[in-house]
Amino acid sequence: MHIVVLMKQVPGTSNVKMDENTGTMIRTEHENVMNPLDENALEAALEIRRLRDDVSVVGVSMGPPPAKRVLEEAIAMGADSGVLLSDRGFSGSDTLATAIPLARAAQVICGGRIGPDDLVLCGERATDGETGQVGPMVSSFLGVPVATYVRSIHVGDGYVDVERVVEDGFERLRLSLPAVLTVVKDINQPGFPTLDGKIAARSVKIPVLTLKDLGLSPDHTGLHGSPTRVVRVFRPKFSRDTVLYTQDNSGTATDNLLKFLDSRGLR
Amino acid sequence: MDYEGVLVIGEQRGGRVHSVTFELLARGRALADKLGVKLSCVILGHGLQQYAQEIVQRGADTAYVIDDPALEWFLPRTYCNAVVELIEEAKPEVVLAAATTTGRTLMPLVAARLMTGLTADCTGLDIDEKERLLLQTRPAIGGNVMATIKTPVARPQMATVRPKSARPLPADPGRRGEVVVKAYKREAASSASEKMLEFVADATQEVSVQDAEVIVAGGKGLKTRDGFKLVEDLARELGAAVGATRDVVDLGWIGYSHQIGLSGKTVSPKLYVAIGISGTIQHLAGMQTAETIVAINRDKDAQIFKVADFGIVGDLFQVVPEIIEKLQRAKAHKAL
Repeated sequence: MHIVVLMKQVPGTSNVKMDENTGTMIRTEHENVMNPLDENALEAALEIRRLRDDVSVVGVSMGPPPAKRVLEEAIAMGADSGVLLSDRGFSGSDTLATAIPLARAAQVICGGRIGPDDLVLCGERATDGETGQVGPMVSSFLGVPVATYVRSIHVGDGYVDVERVVEDGFERLRLSLPAVLTVVKDINQPGFPTLDGKIAARSVKIPVLTLKDLGLSPDHTGLHGSPTRVVRVFRPKFSRDTVLYTQDNSGTATDNLLKFLDSRGLR
Repeated sequence: MDYEGVLVIGEQRGGRVHSVTFELLARGRALADKLGVKLSCVILGHGLQQYAQEIVQRGADTAYVIDDPALEWFLPRTYCNAVVELIEEAKPEVVLAAATTTGRTLMPLVAARLMTGLTADCTGLDIDEKERLLLQTRPAIGGNVMATIKTPVARPQMATVRPKSARPLPADPGRRGEVVVKAYKREAASSASEKMLEFVADATQEVSVQDAEVIVAGGKGLKTRDGFKLVEDLARELGAAVGATRDVVDLGWIGYSHQIGLSGKTVSPKLYVAIGISGTIQHLAGMQTAETIVAINRDKDAQIFKVADFGIVGDLFQVVPEIIEKLQRAKAHKAL
C-alpha cells in the first residue's frame, strides 16, 4: 500500500511580505515550514502504517528546490521517502495547475497507476492560500473518490471509512480505494522528528521530477495552465462615519454609547 | 452557443433549502443585472420542489430542481456529475456556490472536470463592465491583503462565496420565473464508490455566532482568559453571541466555533461590539458587513475604529464594566 502525502511549504508566520505590483508573496526561505495540516496528514499516514506491515509513506511537494526541506522534515518525522516536483514551468500555478502535476506524481509514485490499495492524504487547506481546492482537484484528475474535512480514518479491505466534519455535525462515509482524503486538525497530534528519522533524512536523496519527467506539457501547468489571474492586490479601505469618544471619569462616553444604541433600536 | 447567464448552486441540508442559497441569489441577481442576463439557481436533493417558488421569489429567473433519492445527501462525485451535466447544458458564464463544507468540496471537482478557474471564499464579487468579466475578491495571504482575481478565458467563471457576506433579498411574491424539474442521470457503473453510512447531528455544537443578531467579540486586548470573561458578561447583558479573534482562539480562551474572520466565520449581525480588537484585515473581512459596529480599544489609531460607527478610546477594563453596570441599572429601572 502506498500512502502519498501531499505537502506544501508555507511561510512560517502570518506576517508575510508581498509584492504589491505582482501580487505574489515575497518568500524568504528560512522562514518556511510544512503546512500544519499536512503534518496532520503525515501523522495519519504513519498511524495507518503502524497497523499494517505493507505501507510505504511518500511525501510529495511542488515548489522551488528549497522546498525539499519540507520533504526532509517529513522523512525525519517518519515518512519512508519524498519526491519533489520542481521546474520553472510550475511557477505561477493556480490551484488547478497545481493539482495536475500532483495527481500525475501520485500515479508515478504508485507504480504508474494508482491502485486499489493506495491512498492520497493532505491537509484540508494550507495556511497561506486557504483555498482547500487542491485536494479535491487531485481526486478528480485521479478519477477517485474524495472526502474532505476528515477527522478519523479507518482503512478496510478495498475501502476506507472516514468521519467528515460538517457545519451541523459529522458524517460517516465509506469510499472505495484508492481515494483522496483531506484532514482537519482534530484528527491527531502530529509527532516530532525522531533521531532515526533525522539520520534517515540526512542520508536520503530526494528525487526531483520535472515537467518532462511527469509527461506534462507547459500548457498543463504553471501560469499557462492556470485559468485564473490575480489582477489586483490591495489593502482594503473600510470607512464609516465614526463617532469617537475618549473615556474619562465623567461617564459621558458610555452614556452616549447607550443613547446611540437606543437611537438605532439595538438595546 | 456562447456562455451566458449566472447560475447559483443552492444548498440544502436535511431536505430543507439552506438560507445561504438566498444570500447567493442576492449576489447572483446583482451580477446578472449588471451583465443584463438571466439568473438561474439549481438545488439538488430529494423532495425539494416546494422550495422552487421561493427561489424565484428571492431573485431567480429559473429554478432547476434535480430530484433523486441518490442526491439526498451530499456525495462529492454524485453531485459533481449532476452539476457538470447542468452546466454543460445551460452554459452559464458565471457559477456561484457557497463556501461551506459542501461548496468548498463540490466546486473544485466541478472546476477540474470543466478545466476552468475557481476562486475560493470570495467576500466581494463584481463585474468588470468593459470586459464583462467576473471580479472575484477574497482576502489573501493570511488575510493581510485583498486580492481580486479573474478568469479571463476559461468558462464558466466560478467562485465560492463566504456565507453571511451578503444579505438575502426579501421574498417577492409577485416575482415570476420558470421552474424546471430534472431527473438525475445516473452514472454508468464504476468501481469507484462513495457511500453515506450515517449522519450524526452534533448537539454539542454551540449556538452558531453566524446566526446571531448581536455579537460581542473580544481580542488580545482582554489580556487573559480571565479578562475575556468581560466579553462574556457584556454578551449576556445584551443577549448576544460571543465572538473572538484568531489570536484569542489560538490562545485557547475560547473554542474555534467562535472565531470570526477569514480563518473563522464571516458574520453579518445587526450589532457587532468589538472589545480589545485591533482590527487586522483578516478579522475585518469577517465582520465588516455588520449593520452597526461599536469598538472599544485603548489605541485611538486602531484599524477597528475605521470600520466602527461608534468608538470609545479607553481602557476596556474600565469602559466595559461601566457599560454593563449602566445596562443593568437601566433594566432595573424599567422593571420598577
